[in-house]
Amino acid sequence: MSAHVLSNVVVGLLFVLGIATGVFVRRNRLWREALFELWRRRRVSILVIGVYVLVALLDSIAWVGGGDVEGVAAHEARSVIDRIFEGTREASYSAPLAATSFYGKEPLKAPSRHLLGTDILGRDVFHRTLKGARVALLIGGVTSAIAIPLALLLGVSAGYFGGRLDDVVFFVMSTLASMPGLLLLIALILALGKGTWQICLALGVTSWVGLCRVTRGEAFKLRELDYVQAARALGVSELRIVWRHVLPNLMHLVIITFVLMFSGLVLSEAILAYLGIGLDGSWGQMIDQARDELSRDPVIWWNITAAGTALFALLLAVNFVGDALRDILDPRTLREDL
Amino acid sequence: MLAYMLRRLAYGGLVVLGVLFFLFVLFFAVATPDDIARRALGEKARPEVLEQWKANHGYDRPLWPWQSFDDNLLFDHYRRMLTFDFGNSDADDVPISRRLREGAGASLSLTIPIFVLGGVLGVLLSLFVAFFRETYIDSMGVFLAVLAMSVSILLYIVGAQYLIAKLLRWFPISGFDPDPAVILRFLALPVLVGIVSGVGGDLRFYRTVFVEESSRDYVRTARAKGAGELRVMVAHVLRNGLIPILTRVVVAIPFLFTGSLLLESFFGIPGLGSLTVDAINGNDFATLRVMVFIGALAFVVGQVLTDLSYSLADPRVRLE
Amino acid sequence: MRVLEVSDLVTGFPAGRERIHVIDGVSLYLEAGETLALVGESGCGKSMTALSILRLVPRPGRVEAGKVLLEGRDLLSLAVPDMRNVRGAEISMIFQEPMTSLNPVARVGKQVVEAIRLHEKVGVPAARERTLELFRRAGIPDAEARLDAYPHQLSGGLKQRVMIAMALATRPKVLIADEPTTALDVTIQAQILELLRELKRDFGTAILLITHDIGVVNELADRVAVMYGGRVVEEGDRSQVLGEPAHPYTQGLLRSMPGFATAHERLAEIPGVVPPPAEWPAGCRFDTRCERVLGHCRSEAPAATPVGEGHRVFCHAVASEIGEAP
Repeated sequence: MSAHVLSNVVVGLLFVLGIATGVFVRRNRLWREALFELWRRRRVSILVIGVYVLVALLDSIAWVGGGDVEGVAAHEARSVIDRIFEGTREASYSAPLAATSFYGKEPLKAPSRHLLGTDILGRDVFHRTLKGARVALLIGGVTSAIAIPLALLLGVSAGYFGGRLDDVVFFVMSTLASMPGLLLLIALILALGKGTWQICLALGVTSWVGLCRVTRGEAFKLRELDYVQAARALGVSELRIVWRHVLPNLMHLVIITFVLMFSGLVLSEAILAYLGIGLDGSWGQMIDQARDELSRDPVIWWNITAAGTALFALLLAVNFVGDALRDILDPRTLREDL
Repeated sequence: MLAYMLRRLAYGGLVVLGVLFFLFVLFFAVATPDDIARRALGEKARPEVLEQWKANHGYDRPLWPWQSFDDNLLFDHYRRMLTFDFGNSDADDVPISRRLREGAGASLSLTIPIFVLGGVLGVLLSLFVAFFRETYIDSMGVFLAVLAMSVSILLYIVGAQYLIAKLLRWFPISGFDPDPAVILRFLALPVLVGIVSGVGGDLRFYRTVFVEESSRDYVRTARAKGAGELRVMVAHVLRNGLIPILTRVVVAIPFLFTGSLLLESFFGIPGLGSLTVDAINGNDFATLRVMVFIGALAFVVGQVLTDLSYSLADPRVRLE
Repeated sequence: MRVLEVSDLVTGFPAGRERIHVIDGVSLYLEAGETLALVGESGCGKSMTALSILRLVPRPGRVEAGKVLLEGRDLLSLAVPDMRNVRGAEISMIFQEPMTSLNPVARVGKQVVEAIRLHEKVGVPAARERTLELFRRAGIPDAEARLDAYPHQLSGGLKQRVMIAMALATRPKVLIADEPTTALDVTIQAQILELLRELKRDFGTAILLITHDIGVVNELADRVAVMYGGRVVEEGDRSQVLGEPAHPYTQGLLRSMPGFATAHERLAEIPGVVPPPAEWPAGCRFDTRCERVLGHCRSEAPAATPVGEGHRVFCHAVASEIGEAP
């Protein structure tokens, strides 16, 4: 299956998942109230995140053909976002909304249309910035899809069942936690090789420990609670207890951790981009490529400003939502590490 | 207590052995000696050149003890790491330990000021903000902290170099000179960036600790006996808040020894961070392994020290 | 002579755009050397009254109106440093939770020494000597060794004795005791009450005793003020309030106490629960749960009706009864 088909399928799945979550939240009073409270406190941040998600989804729906492109590009899948910016590629740098190129002052193909100018290869910077949204959300999404199930499985079974299993999980966690995070990340990527999956896997391996520590502790506490003891006394099987009583009580921790983890992941990717092992098309990469442009004369400032602002605005919104979520859902448990 | 410390050290030793095993799996089993050789010499290298390279670097032996108990890379890896016999760099055959010795001083001269000044600044700022909790100063402080946390360190570095070094010309853009007379000129900017990029997270965390502490009953008691707010914050709240703060500080200890990758490489400081960045760019796995190992070692030792400092900071903690 | 006089005290917390008054016009007084018990269910504003007197209401709450006169000086208008010199020196307070009310990382002796040295210019050795004496007076066995103990090394009862020693260290004129025995075992409760009685006799300190336990009131109090919904509803001598309660709430409260209901009677309960401050009715706060509601109870707050020498009740029903009787 080629990459763009997979991407389209994932968009479809996310759509179904979104509807299912919506239905669940409508039915569940606690979650409904929590989300309403979140909306009341963090309207702007949520809207900002919404815009990023929309852009990322539009950039994920792609197909081959159509439009008036020639050459190799005609056989490549292009997303909705790509199609909006079709035929606007210039020869080289041009300033935001300029009519002529930056050096040489030659007339542009699409004068006054490049909202944020073009980069050294003449690509529209606004286009590239929008495309970064998909990469950033991909980092967060795929990493979480790896880290959260792993952390839940190991954390809950270690905390709930204890014993030898707990010893092993705790040892693995201690081992991973004792290596400096960034170095571990780099080591993993170098060993696994460069690529979207490898990077997300590496980020997943380095980030599951935090969530695992939290879920392990909570599962350990929940095990001792009266209603779990009562369920056990009534002969309910352990697996059913975990499924019905333990996991639902961890969901809020998972969500908070996910949101708070997200900004850390995107920031780590920016560092990886500088080291040359980041994801293609990420804002980190844009910043890395643009940093030398600050020493040109006259200064090319729009590349780094666009990527930096896009990154900053998303992380700010996510951090604000994360803080509010923590206040609303769980004021006490999650204080350290996150 | 001694028994506890010994047990704690023994577990730490076990963790270090675990780290070494993990590194072995990563750099010998996942990325095999063939991969390493190919990355060092290029995809098109001829087989006999690859074999020669492997032989030169000692990678030509079997990996696991069950293949050859007397002569295998796993045991060799453990033996050499644990005796600090790190061997030569994969990239240019320079002894790694020599590189470490050369880089340590530069790294420490950068990381210690960041660690100490950043820590003190974080605690002071958060005490200040917590002092004004539930007022707009507090909300402003938290807002700024989140703001500072949302900026990539790349942008901090590039911004500082452009603004302070290039436009204002207060400090050189990059470079390093260990001569005490001029070292400050070179360190000021990276240290500043290091502090600013870290202080947001510290502030947010420490503030939570202090605000939580200041809502405790004993703080009310202290106020009821007539202690002023300043005295309450310093003598009671800070003293109790030290315990969770210690936990966070320890996590930063390895950073002292592994150096700061980005700061050192951007500001041209020839420390262990730069060494690591060079190792990444040069596919020098031998150096990278050593750096991870040293970081883990520092962390484990730091953890034992934290436990010890817990028992000093909190009379309720007894090490058993 | 009245050492402490609180009049029309109002304390509020912000709730959205409005402010909720958890204390709404409380007036009290304390004669020198007497014990006034402040009684009521949890959430009626007893503790908040005490914290308001000391100006220790947690932010974002604050005292909005009223006067707190300590020997004629209005504490609410004192400058902050002057107020600090009142706390712990002229008015001391002990709290409900001896377990958490002491700083866990400081030795208990040092904490008492701190209390002394905050208000008096004495050296550490002298203050320590006095602390030792106070510990002995507070009935702490093996007092000398206990000076250097940490709070977690002491039992709940001993911690409360340390708190009492700390509160009396500077011989305050007024001692506010907020549920001093609630968190303790029954046997320890009796000992602490005995200690308070002794100290009151020896030191002549006036005590504002906050409690919901009528048994404690009976042991220690000279006068009683009953609070409900942020207001005082009945006030008088102990024998008057406990013997001839006039307010429907006080009557209900006493009927629900095992010690006070007559042997054959079933323990009665007051119907309903205390509503949260945001839902307090506009007129009489007890309106929602009262058996004797009149037409204007809902809209008008009742004024004080004297029903005996120094015995006042805030109730429309009682007022109209008395108005009809003569």
